[in-house]
Amino acid sequence: MAEKKKSSYISGKESRKITRFNRRVTKKLESERADANKDPKLYTTVMKNPQNVVEFDNVCTYFFTDVGVVKAVDGVNFDVPRNSTVGIVGESGCGKSVTSLSLMQLLARPSGQTVGGEIRFNKGDGTAYNIVNTPNAIMEHLRGNNISMIFQEPMTALNPVFRIGAQVDEVTKLHNPEMTDEQVKARTLEMLELVGIANKEGVYNMYPHELSGGMRQRICIAIALACSPTLIIADEPTTALDVTIQAQILELLQDLKDKLNSSIMLITHDLGVVAGMADYVVVMYAGRVIEKGTAEEIFHRPCHPYTIGLMKSKPVVGQKVKKLYNIPGSVPNPVSMPDYCYFRDRCEMCCEQCQGEYPPEIKLSATHFVSCYRYYDEGTVMGYPKSVNVEELL
Amino acid sequence: MNKRLCMPDAAAAGASAQNENILEVKNLVKWFPIKSSFFKKTIGNVKAVDGVSFNIKRRQTMGLVGESGCGKSTCGRTILRLQEKTSGDVIFDGQDVFALSNDELRKMRPRMQLVFQDPYSSLSPRLPVGEIIGEAVREHKIVPSNEYDEYIRRIMEVCGLPPYYRERYPHEFSGGQRQRICIARALALAPEFIVCDEPVSALDVSIQAQIINLLEQLQDDFGLTYLFISHDLSVVEHISDTVGVMYLGTMVEYAETGQIFANPLNPYTKALFSAIPVPDPSFKLNRIILKGSIPSPANPPKGCKFHTRCEHCMEICKYAVPEWKEVEKGHFCACHLYNDAEANAKASEEMAKARASEIEPVKAEIEL
Repeated sequence: MAEKKKSSYISGKESRKITRFNRRVTKKLESERADANKDPKLYTTVMKNPQNVVEFDNVCTYFFTDVGVVKAVDGVNFDVPRNSTVGIVGESGCGKSVTSLSLMQLLARPSGQTVGGEIRFNKGDGTAYNIVNTPNAIMEHLRGNNISMIFQEPMTALNPVFRIGAQVDEVTKLHNPEMTDEQVKARTLEMLELVGIANKEGVYNMYPHELSGGMRQRICIAIALACSPTLIIADEPTTALDVTIQAQILELLQDLKDKLNSSIMLITHDLGVVAGMADYVVVMYAGRVIEKGTAEEIFHRPCHPYTIGLMKSKPVVGQKVKKLYNIPGSVPNPVSMPDYCYFRDRCEMCCEQCQGEYPPEIKLSATHFVSCYRYYDEGTVMGYPKSVNVEELL
Repeated sequence: MNKRLCMPDAAAAGASAQNENILEVKNLVKWFPIKSSFFKKTIGNVKAVDGVSFNIKRRQTMGLVGESGCGKSTCGRTILRLQEKTSGDVIFDGQDVFALSNDELRKMRPRMQLVFQDPYSSLSPRLPVGEIIGEAVREHKIVPSNEYDEYIRRIMEVCGLPPYYRERYPHEFSGGQRQRICIARALALAPEFIVCDEPVSALDVSIQAQIINLLEQLQDDFGLTYLFISHDLSVVEHISDTVGVMYLGTMVEYAETGQIFANPLNPYTKALFSAIPVPDPSFKLNRIILKGSIPSPANPPKGCKFHTRCEHCMEICKYAVPEWKEVEKGHFCACHLYNDAEANAKASEEMAKARASEIEPVKAEIEL
């Protein structure tokens, strides 16, 4: 026990040193981002595959906290193809929300910073942005217009002191300044109808507290879709809702995706929801992607021991098991991550190679990738996730 | 003192009485009055629980499912007499819970315990874990004071908590560990019956499995009886022996787990079960999507409460309240679809009456 205390203990001198370092790094990164007259060459880029809406390429998002650098997202690689739904699954704290917030540039700044890698976003008109370097001024035009987000808690995502109408109007007005008030209102009513609100004129003049949870989530979806974005990020859109309402909302999202020709990034920890909605699935663990592939591949042939464990630990209706499987142990401390496979200490299928460095991404089929040494001989090695050395940022 | 924990064969003794009902709930009603702002006059009632009946056998688990706001939690709390009932009866082990005097109730308390939904808000942040678990043990004198330390250590061990956690505070733990503390707190009083109010909904999938396994283990070891309240149907199917489905304060269906999941009768149960997401992409869901949301319990619809959202809604459903009856052996359901001739006649009569009373006020107005 005494030893445990020692490892997490930080002296006043060390703490001051960390704080001073953090301030210097974040100040530098912030000033780069605030520069509106940046050379466009620095933040425009070319998509690797023009059919993709977003490409995450070795993205590293770190939080500079007073106890050290927390590598919340550390070398994440995956693509979101056009007109498809990508489900991101993982336990709480695995970095799935931080990945999406990095794309939106909505991290809790200045402590949270995307320090490395590229997030290439395809605007659809031939231009592509590298979100990591895009200055705030440009980001304001993209956010809500081309990329939008549906948040987890519909109760807290809406402002309680404004009417529903005003909150939906705001988005349209901001991104289309040429529209008149009448046109904006017409657009809002159209959106409310689209998300299945019967009494649209009445709801337009209501306050959020007058609506039920499912209705509020519909309003949030209406706000997110008001500008017909090419990418919708749904961060646990149904976690706060009941099963019957969840079914309604998922049906609605699927419908709207097809109507608006958008892609969805669906973040959830419910494997059932992902199976029903997603075309591609990305499984994250402790800030890294450990397995990705099409939904069929992930659910019918899960490869990583963590994915297998996750599948086995969820009770399924109609499949009676005597005892549920549980993954032993817990997630490693995010401040001091080990240099070997993060899952090694909890893994029941460890092999000799696991003693070495973090496993590379191994390609099993055109779409199926896994980071585990057990498949080292079965597929081609794609490369190792790269961390950023924070000392070199200055 | 604590026979159940000290003698493992106590569980075996309980097995002989397996078919005995430990809990009988008869027509339980709990209304919360709505008061006017100034004179505090009752102007209406929120009918949170409106006539619920069921029995739980010793050493079994009953699952209680339904949407949020349907009265599952209120039902659980009223059974434990944490709230006073409006009417109805709760018989726990042959004693009427609501007829007990304060002293008798105090003696009864250790026998029925509660595990709350949110492990983040149900633990006092100012007490160390040992104190959280041990406070009630001392208060109820479950063990003599010289055995107290050893007893707490054993309870913690049973729930998978290392003994050195005793001096730590709740904020130092993750959600799963906190839920273990909550379970240890309930278990320390050597209860026979535990109401688990959504014990796993705030937890991650892998932690959920740990807690469910722990609850099942404890049930086997100590012969516990659970009322398991949850909205996660796959968890309920896994853990329960019988399942009751609630909608807007009333129970609409009750049967053994296998029976109800294989053959749900009530249209609401059917819709609820069809909405369970299945973790298999090639499985095409045949979802019955319910329209709208749950009506307000302060002003529930007349007749069958589900008729506003039901796809099989008949004229009779709008006026007559369906009877609670045994449709198959051990399978109870309240729905007009399963009426026999006699019930139909009764319901038609009720409908005629309800319609007449609807027309009468209109007539009176015309006369005026």
